[in-house]
Amino acid sequence: MRYLVTLQVNRTSYPVELEVGRTLLSVLRGELGLTGSKEGCDDSECGACMVLIDGRPVNSCSYLALQAAGRQITTVEGLASGTKLHPLQQAFLEHGAVQCGFCTPGMLISATALLAANPDPTEDEIRAGLSGNLCRCTGYVGIVAAVRSAAAELANAD
Amino acid sequence: MPDLTTRTEPLGAVVVEPGTITPGRARGAGPLRREGPAKLTGDAKYADDLVSPGAWYGGTIRSTDAHARFIALDLDPAFDWSSVVVVTASDIPGDNIVSSIKSDQPILVPLGGEIQHHAEPLALLAAPDRATLRAARHAAHPRTEKLPAIFDSLASDHLFATYELAAGDPEAAFAAADLVVEGEYRVGHQEQLYIENNAMIAVPQEDGGVTVTGSLQCPYYVHAALKRGLGLNDQQARVVQAETGGGFGGKEEYPSMIALHAALLAGKAGQPVRMIYDRHEDLAATTKRHPAIVRHRTGVTHDGRLIAQDIEVVMDGGAYATLTPVVLSRGAIHAGGPYRCPNVRIRARAARTNTPPNGAFRGFGAPQVQFAAETQLNRIAEMLGMSPLEIRRRNVYKIGDTTPTGQVLRDSVAGEEVLERAAEAGEFERLRARHHSARQRREGSGTVPGSPLRTGRDRFASGVGLALAWHGAGFTGSGEVKLASVVSIELTAEGQIRILTASTEMGQGTKTIFPQLVAEALDVPIDAVELAPQDTAFVPDSGPTVASRTAMVVGGLLIKAARRLRGEVEASTGGAFAATYREFARSHGPLRIDQRFEPYPGVGFDDATYRGDAYPAFGWAACVAQVDVDLDTGEVHVRDVVAADDIGRVIHPVLAEGQVEGGTLQAVGYATIEEIKLRDGRYLNDRLATYIIPTALDAPRITTILVEAPFSGAPHGAKGAGELPMDVGAPAVVAAIADATGAWIGDLPASPERILAALSGVAAVAPLPPGASEPAT
Ligand code: FES
Ligand code: FES
Repeated sequence: MRYLVTLQVNRTSYPVELEVGRTLLSVLRGELGLTGSKEGCDDSECGACMVLIDGRPVNSCSYLALQAAGRQITTVEGLASGTKLHPLQQAFLEHGAVQCGFCTPGMLISATALLAANPDPTEDEIRAGLSGNLCRCTGYVGIVAAVRSAAAELANAD
Repeated sequence: MPDLTTRTEPLGAVVVEPGTITPGRARGAGPLRREGPAKLTGDAKYADDLVSPGAWYGGTIRSTDAHARFIALDLDPAFDWSSVVVVTASDIPGDNIVSSIKSDQPILVPLGGEIQHHAEPLALLAAPDRATLRAARHAAHPRTEKLPAIFDSLASDHLFATYELAAGDPEAAFAAADLVVEGEYRVGHQEQLYIENNAMIAVPQEDGGVTVTGSLQCPYYVHAALKRGLGLNDQQARVVQAETGGGFGGKEEYPSMIALHAALLAGKAGQPVRMIYDRHEDLAATTKRHPAIVRHRTGVTHDGRLIAQDIEVVMDGGAYATLTPVVLSRGAIHAGGPYRCPNVRIRARAARTNTPPNGAFRGFGAPQVQFAAETQLNRIAEMLGMSPLEIRRRNVYKIGDTTPTGQVLRDSVAGEEVLERAAEAGEFERLRARHHSARQRREGSGTVPGSPLRTGRDRFASGVGLALAWHGAGFTGSGEVKLASVVSIELTAEGQIRILTASTEMGQGTKTIFPQLVAEALDVPIDAVELAPQDTAFVPDSGPTVASRTAMVVGGLLIKAARRLRGEVEASTGGAFAATYREFARSHGPLRIDQRFEPYPGVGFDDATYRGDAYPAFGWAACVAQVDVDLDTGEVHVRDVVAADDIGRVIHPVLAEGQVEGGTLQAVGYATIEEIKLRDGRYLNDRLATYIIPTALDAPRITTILVEAPFSGAPHGAKGAGELPMDVGAPAVVAAIADATGAWIGDLPASPERILAALSGVAAVAPLPPGASEPAT
């Protein structure tokens, strides 16, 4: 049984025909060609597949695509404006928060959600906010520093 | 203009302050990561992101026995096999061997052949869609006859390699020693756990060849494997690296196997085939860090000088040799730790067991043996009533000392410097004194009913620990000379400067530091320098991206090539390279400089006697770790780590710090939570829910101190950075646990069950060797 639905991803509408059991991650990557969201475990353990649904971070590997219909989905591809990196992306670049880059899309999504909920987080709050995203490369040092610096940057911009 | 002069005399160590970039320094802050923007926007293409029109999906039928005879592959006749391709060993056109050091590992176990480990590949399937592949898997049934299996490396008499090092007269020295200390240390498997699983896409070509694109560290290892297994020539086999989501050694040798599998299926199907492992398959089937048992007998004087070491190292290689002989070799050479000792005997062996093969992982044999050496030394300090810092000061190698292979350390020796820097920044002595009195108070105050290990007030005990290590930079022994790596720099007719190497980016920064080094040598802006893709059709074999050799060895070759290019252009134009190279290219056409590795002057190793300069230089690392131990649960929280690492001249401080931070956290995971249990030769922790790595919350605050003791043999003075931090973290954490609780944990990881058992004075686990299987239940 297939359903025709419209997914709203990064403010663009995508009509797609879906089977019931398809995960959002597999549809984003396979049907929409949005391969920025990664699969690290397909088991809700690593956070590499994280996207925002109506501003809330979810592991898209464990979220049914049909449930996402009618909601606003944001993936890593939706963070930059044109060629200008989002302040979080710029801070990640400058603080050595990206190494292999495979955790990065999910990390950025997590960090976006964190800063939206708590614009001036402490280091411990940042660590807690990112604890659903595994990174094997950085030891998290550069990532925590980048989120702090982006928070300051965003606060100044307001 | 950066200073890139070659220094020929030993230089003193210089400290780069943590987190700061010294103004005006050559190679200061460093450029931004070149492929960073693509990774940040989601544009970067990892293997599974690549579109391959018409591609089929490939899968592997694996053994569920640890040791068995492969009798038959039964294909369920009720299943429609018409749209499925099945590959068995009989379909292999070349040698049924995954080329590596020894030719012992088959691509697929042949019918009638012996299965040597759980999850060993027996047959391959490909189908046009995932659902058909899944159904086909359920319809293919290997038939086997079980054989008796060996899981205990101590009981195995099949050895992959043995090494013996000797110096002086250990037995006489033991007789003369004031104190002789024995210790046995055990470490288990560790998974690399790159966040991107292994992935490979094979596309068959009209010439009968195949192009394989995937997640990998060493394009030419895969290239050699394809040539041998498929009977292809140099051109028919083509290997391209996709963006790679971490390697840490885990994508050094196993990608050869996956590439062969994908290529075999693609050849038979006549279609591109995607072999994308999921996490479970990656954990269950691919290589891990070698488990090891290390026994020490050490003779010391009252004032803490090492006078005799007798060390036995036994590594569990798993079922096939893979890279085990070289892992063991590095382990043997590093086994005594970075300490002067005139009388030494080191015996090392690696045994075969019926478990999945172990292979490369950051540190490559050195973390195992240095956990043992450092814990042994910390225990000796405690027995002598001496500070762990002081005992290291008295024994650490200095310029002019001789190692067990007879290598005289002439240059770039910074053990003392990293030790003092870490101890000072980590406030080691002050914290140790404080914890000492806290422990005495606790022990004097009796216990709480129901919680024999603590008083009511002190549920948590804090401790601080110190460790020191050395790490040979680059390949062991004559490895580099045999490899004879080549790099090229091309000035194209269009006036583009292009670097051609097979060195891969997997997060460590290759794509940033190579253009940086070449731009500096040519005195042009970094953006003027391009990097050719890591594609064997274009780039020469500059060796594998392993052993922390990329910055030191390949980077050094690039600087030499760039200087030659600059010299030729400037000789012809009479002007500065930067001002004249475009015009030179227009008038003279393209110019390509190939630079081949030449032995470092005065560095030599004899494989037959196993003596000489085991490495051109060593990196040095010290670590101070602070922990809090929950005396009720045995849980350890590593709170703070100070890491001081000498990596030679620092090329790019941000990237170098990233290496130290990431390696340190992997070492903390190794010390505390990362563990694989086995049953009947099968990994039980084969999912991310059960193989746990540290999160941002578990991770300590890490302070990195970069120390620069330049290596005079490389034009830029760099040594390796990647592996060094992996050697010191675990023994520092275990020493901190002992400082907090008084209990020494000799088996990694120092899990809550082991800590509680040690605190209550009972053996933590049945005395099985690490990696050995529990009997089936
Ligand atoms: S892929 Fe979704 S959490 Fe790992
Ligand atoms: S950058 Fe590699 S996993 Fe985070």
